[in-house]
Amino acid sequence: MIEQHLAALPIILPLIAAPIALILGRSMLTWAFATLVSALSCIASWQLLMTTLSDGALSYALGGWPPPWGIELNVDVTNAFVLLAVSAMSTLVLIYSKDSIEKEINASNHSLYYTAHLLCLTGLSGMLITGDAFNLFVFLEISSLATYTLVSLASDRRCLTATFRYLVMGTIGATFILIGVGMLYMKTGTLNMADLSTKMAAFESNRTLNTGLAFIMVGVSLKLALFPLHMWLPAAYTHAPSSVTAFLASTATKVAVYVMIRFIFSVFGASHVFETMSMEIILMVLAIVAIFKCSYMATVQSNVKTLLAYSSVAQIGYMVLGISLVSVPGLMSGLIHIFNHALMKGALFMAVGAVFYRMGSVNIEAFKGLGKKMPLTMAAFTIAGLSIIGVPLTAGFVSKWYLVTAALEQDLWIVAALVLLGSLLAVVYIGRVLEAAYFQEPPESQGAKNIKEVPWLMLMPMWILVLANIYFGINTGLTVEAATSASQWLFQGYNPAGVAL
Amino acid sequence: MELLIDLVLLAMLALTALRIIFLKDLFAVVMLFSIYSFLSALIFINLDAVDVAFTEAAVGAGISTVLMLGTIAITGRTETPPTKSKLLPLLIVVVTGAALIYGTLDMPPFGHADNPVHEHVAPRYIEESPKEIGLPNMVTSVLASYRGFDTLGETVVVFSAMIGVLSLLRLRKRDADKNPESGIKAHRVLQVIAKIVIPMIILFALYVQFHGDFGPGGGFQAGVIAAAAFILYALVFGLSNVFKVVGPKFLRILAVFGVLLYAGVGVYSMAMGGNFLDYNYLAENPLSGQHYGIILIELGVGITVFAVMLSIFYAFDSQIERANIQ
Repeated sequence: MIEQHLAALPIILPLIAAPIALILGRSMLTWAFATLVSALSCIASWQLLMTTLSDGALSYALGGWPPPWGIELNVDVTNAFVLLAVSAMSTLVLIYSKDSIEKEINASNHSLYYTAHLLCLTGLSGMLITGDAFNLFVFLEISSLATYTLVSLASDRRCLTATFRYLVMGTIGATFILIGVGMLYMKTGTLNMADLSTKMAAFESNRTLNTGLAFIMVGVSLKLALFPLHMWLPAAYTHAPSSVTAFLASTATKVAVYVMIRFIFSVFGASHVFETMSMEIILMVLAIVAIFKCSYMATVQSNVKTLLAYSSVAQIGYMVLGISLVSVPGLMSGLIHIFNHALMKGALFMAVGAVFYRMGSVNIEAFKGLGKKMPLTMAAFTIAGLSIIGVPLTAGFVSKWYLVTAALEQDLWIVAALVLLGSLLAVVYIGRVLEAAYFQEPPESQGAKNIKEVPWLMLMPMWILVLANIYFGINTGLTVEAATSASQWLFQGYNPAGVAL
Repeated sequence: MELLIDLVLLAMLALTALRIIFLKDLFAVVMLFSIYSFLSALIFINLDAVDVAFTEAAVGAGISTVLMLGTIAITGRTETPPTKSKLLPLLIVVVTGAALIYGTLDMPPFGHADNPVHEHVAPRYIEESPKEIGLPNMVTSVLASYRGFDTLGETVVVFSAMIGVLSLLRLRKRDADKNPESGIKAHRVLQVIAKIVIPMIILFALYVQFHGDFGPGGGFQAGVIAAAAFILYALVFGLSNVFKVVGPKFLRILAVFGVLLYAGVGVYSMAMGGNFLDYNYLAENPLSGQHYGIILIELGVGITVFAVMLSIFYAFDSQIERANIQ
């Protein structure tokens, strides 16, 4: 029976668990329950990835109604791959949360935290595997509302302004997506993605559909924080509780990137978006500006969380850059980076959260001399930081390597050079933190304090991610296989070789 | 004639929107929002979308207005003038508006029977739903069965909204004990009238809940209407009195129960051998299965919506009462 319903489990499990988590009461019990459920959906996602890799895409008709009349879940290698990253991150972050939220969220709000986390997981999983454009919007709403709640839970009151900003921008993004979907429905009479794509192929060039495309792209770009629509992200990531930042940075924007890929390739069709509308040029320019502008912004921040938040916007630039190359290797590098970046940013934000746990601050000043006092945390930060830079033997190197090769394949020397230059900026911003941690003495006042390593429940998930960074940097079998087969599948029936920039 | 009504309503809608933008008095703005919702509801009726109109009137004009007034009561009545330049936002709005107008250029003709929306999935909903689902109200058939998963999602959205509000506005038990005898709580006439009206509102809510299969209505509207009855009671008799009937803790459990009831129907149909939310498997006869399924999930929706709306109101009202005491 589980085999038959496998596709629905990553949504149904957290969906049912979220309300239960609200009434369990005891913080410890709720934590164990939420972690268990998240781990179960992670196992389901793993099974889904294995099934799709061997047998191809899965379809699950909800309510037993065949699409396009009913709603269909559609699991293929691409979304199973991202789903695995999301549910694995969710599980690790939940393990990490137990101690981390003690210091950052009022005890009376802990059950709300776990409920909102599970709701967010429900929404993100739904957005990934649904095959229905309106259903995607519904899950987007669930994940967005849960995200706003999570950010606003910090006991630092500044999180409220950040949340409000995020709420306004996020709602505009969601509304744009809804307007776009409405326009598609008006012209085609269907909401099923596969059906939409067949129906739309019949139109040569239609102004209503193109407006729909524009609205969806802008809406999704707001959600994935593509430059210049990223203004909500640094404040939200800075003021949210550390575990929330670790979760959102490694999942929420990635899912939005996936939604963009899905709309481009499975709904509108790559040939329409890239050949007729020439959208790859806009994407490429914005991606490159994002890489430079936000990497630069990262180098001048004194709050390490803000620094990493700007770095995230820059990293999203790399993913979008991969998409904008319009080639199988380009898209593949984007997909690999979705997965790898989740590993690095998850580890980095967890390490920063660990520093906050002990120091009560994430300012760069607080990092001084921590190399000796919190050796495990800072070692984790260092390795994940090297991965962001793209040093060989780390996961970050793999994604950059494929991105540069993909660019060179199309003779885009400048793009390849810019990617490498962007990494130099990453050296600067990660280097600043490492310098403070390893080469500067702690200020006198803090030197007296007895700073210890954080509890093992925080260290364990952090180090699992760090080891994953190294593992996927050396053994690229799984990531490359999944990403290659995903991008070949997405480019099916479309020959990108004819596209010249 | 219908076109004329549409045009007049749309013109009024536009005027209301413009007035909302330029007014500085937020109390008036909230009233205009309420009017805006009623006008939209009228337009929906004219488009023969009575179920949507019903929801818009109950949620948009009803509960939202109360919540917005509650916010004003806590924060203040006049808008502070913005300090930043309005040029860029204006430009963005103009570009968005222009894009929307551009998008209308290739739209199918308004209300034409050959439009794509009437030709693809709709015929099956119209022709087959009486045989496949057996309900006279095909809106309910689509909402609760064909696209029941969306409705489950929407119920979870409502539930998430409650989580959000609870995380921001803490409800303390002791606030409810101090009950200021002021404002409308001291009016004897209001108390008498409320006592007469409240039972009727609740009865109407139950009617809307269980008649949704046959006419306009369903869980969303019923939940909101039932919540409105309790909100009226709270406004006139104070929070501490309404807490004796339904306390905030009980409401949380109700909200959870509603979502679980809905999802539980899905899980049960999985256990009986169907897909998630396949009501055909709920009974021997698929048609009765559909019927049981829809009644149960609508009940789940109604319970959750009721509990969430009332919890949100409690959270607001306890803030207001706290502000009044200080």
